[in-house]
Amino acid sequence: MRRSILISVSLFVLGGLILAACAPAASPVASQPTATGQLAAGSIQINGAGATFPFPLYSRWFYDYAFVDPSVRFNYQSIGSGGGIQQITQKTVDFGASDAILSNEQLAAAPGLQMFPTVAGAEAIVVNLKDAQGNPITTPLKFPGTTIADIYLGKITKWNDPLLTAANPDVKLPDQNIIVVHRSDGSGTTYIFTDYLSSVSQEWKTKVGKGTSVDWPVGLGGKGNEGVAGTVSQNVGSIGYVELAYALQNKFVINLIQNQAGAYVAPSMETTQSAMTDFGSNLGEKLALSIVNGPGKNSYPIAGYTYMLLYMNQQDCVKADKIVQFMKWAYGPNGTKDASDLSYVPLPDAVKQQVLARLAQITCQGKPLGN
Amino acid sequence: MTAQSKITASPFITLSTRIRRTWRHGDRVFQGLLILSSLLTLALVVAIGYELWKNSALSRQAFGLAFIFTSRWDPALNRVFGALPFIQGTLVTSAIALLGAVPLSLGTAIFLAELAPRWLRQPVGFLVELLAAIPSVVYGLWGLFVYIPAFVRPASLMLNKTLGWLPIFEGPVFGPSRLAAGLLLAIMILPTITAISRDVFLAIPDSQREAALALGATRWEAIWQVLVPYGLSGLLGAIILGLGRALGETIAVTMVIGNNLDLSLSLLHPGYTMSSVIANEFTEATYDLYLQALIEIGLILFVITLLINLIARLLIWRVSRRVIVEARA
Repeated sequence: MRRSILISVSLFVLGGLILAACAPAASPVASQPTATGQLAAGSIQINGAGATFPFPLYSRWFYDYAFVDPSVRFNYQSIGSGGGIQQITQKTVDFGASDAILSNEQLAAAPGLQMFPTVAGAEAIVVNLKDAQGNPITTPLKFPGTTIADIYLGKITKWNDPLLTAANPDVKLPDQNIIVVHRSDGSGTTYIFTDYLSSVSQEWKTKVGKGTSVDWPVGLGGKGNEGVAGTVSQNVGSIGYVELAYALQNKFVINLIQNQAGAYVAPSMETTQSAMTDFGSNLGEKLALSIVNGPGKNSYPIAGYTYMLLYMNQQDCVKADKIVQFMKWAYGPNGTKDASDLSYVPLPDAVKQQVLARLAQITCQGKPLGN
Repeated sequence: MTAQSKITASPFITLSTRIRRTWRHGDRVFQGLLILSSLLTLALVVAIGYELWKNSALSRQAFGLAFIFTSRWDPALNRVFGALPFIQGTLVTSAIALLGAVPLSLGTAIFLAELAPRWLRQPVGFLVELLAAIPSVVYGLWGLFVYIPAFVRPASLMLNKTLGWLPIFEGPVFGPSRLAAGLLLAIMILPTITAISRDVFLAIPDSQREAALALGATRWEAIWQVLVPYGLSGLLGAIILGLGRALGETIAVTMVIGNNLDLSLSLLHPGYTMSSVIANEFTEATYDLYLQALIEIGLILFVITLLINLIARLLIWRVSRRVIVEARA
């Protein structure tokens, strides 16, 4: 008797397990009507996937936009630029997002795909230095010419290297080895940083190149901004690069970098917009280009766009209209305010006009939108 | 009288046999379900292996066996991939983890099962099991911001100062290192090994202890010469489970190992593991060969885990056979 109870209990448990295994597949379908039911009738779900760098901004945009147009619901998966490009190429999402500029092969694989720069981000160089007495050095350092590239190449190995001491006469740089820290995870941040290094240093360009991950000649890899910041703050004598927003939030000293015009510039909204304006007339058909090392006197050299990827000829006219409306809102005053609140840099007017003009050319099944 | 009782008893007998028969059918159903679930697990393993094999075709064709023996990982410029540093890192950190965790876990388990007063067993056991419930990303952050500056770095500096002439303790010391990852893993696998080996000790019949003590063995001798050999296969099983977690751990290791491709022998030098590189680069792997090279690393990790498990099974099998033979003799 006892055995039979045991058996029936175990059968029951096993049956329950099997049911439980089947259940998750069914439940989202069941719960969907209630979720969408809270929104206005005819609610539209727009799916996107891609870069992680703009994710905080995009989720803020989607959240705020829900008050503007409650009929639209966005669902963005920040799976990384690679995944975003892949999914929009296979048309499994309505829009993609990427920090990296698509190569010509990638664009050829997805005919009609257009990159729209949404915002730009700047990157700060952070250091952890103590003088001979052991006091932290809080004066912003000046990095001339190719010094950052040379440090990351392992050619400049000491903080009191003549190039650095000459540029920083009022700072007593210690006789200490430089510990180089970089991102270990593939990221748009690394893409922009290596893009800058390739642009200022021929040696970097031919030895290492640019990409979301590269074969670093020297240094420690930290995972994410927090990994780089953590490693830098624990190692006296280290140098690293993080997103500007992260450096500001964590109260790092923001160092100055010499730009192409020879001026020492700190990263900020103005200096990044200046870099965007420098290249504003060269955006071209792709609407995508590198903005590192701009020629303007006030341009900060380590910055880059992040892009949304949309097909110029859409298939679903209702969705297409909603997406374009949303994009216009995002480029408008409210979207711009969200961006600067979160330390992303909104597009300057010269660039924005070109992007909006292209946005207006989006068609649905070959016909202009709004008809 | 006997005939009558037979007649009255028979319906009961047939009823009970009928019940038994139906339950025998139940047995069959149950057996079928069990076989099905175990086959499903097996099929899952085969399917994962097959997918990894299939989806790494490009990379296997491009680099062949050299993939395992080369250490160039250049996704940006030359698009060349080699997995040696990652394989080395995974093996080294897992070995450090076992070296650190096994003595500590076995000690804790023996204390909890054999020596601790009853009122202490439950709370200490509970605390150890709590360690297993902490998410690994929390371990990683704690490792980077607390464990390394407070413990690993001072220990590394001391090792480097005193034993720096050994290649495995060569400087310079940064903090994030293979040693840091291994020691963090040691903490992470500690609860698994402790909990299982404590249960192994508790499952040993008291007659074994009593017999050993009756023969004049001390507590120490009873534990080391009777209980540990008796439960050896179970203890090995516990260690293998811990090793499995160490080999596969991703986020925590990524945060403290320093992610550096140098193939130096030094434990104080930053390294890289197979699961770390996959976690780091999979999301932003923007072209096929790159993606497939990462999947091939997954395949290698899969094969290594399988091999280690097989070896461990063999070891357990041999040990448990020896124990039985000795028990008979």
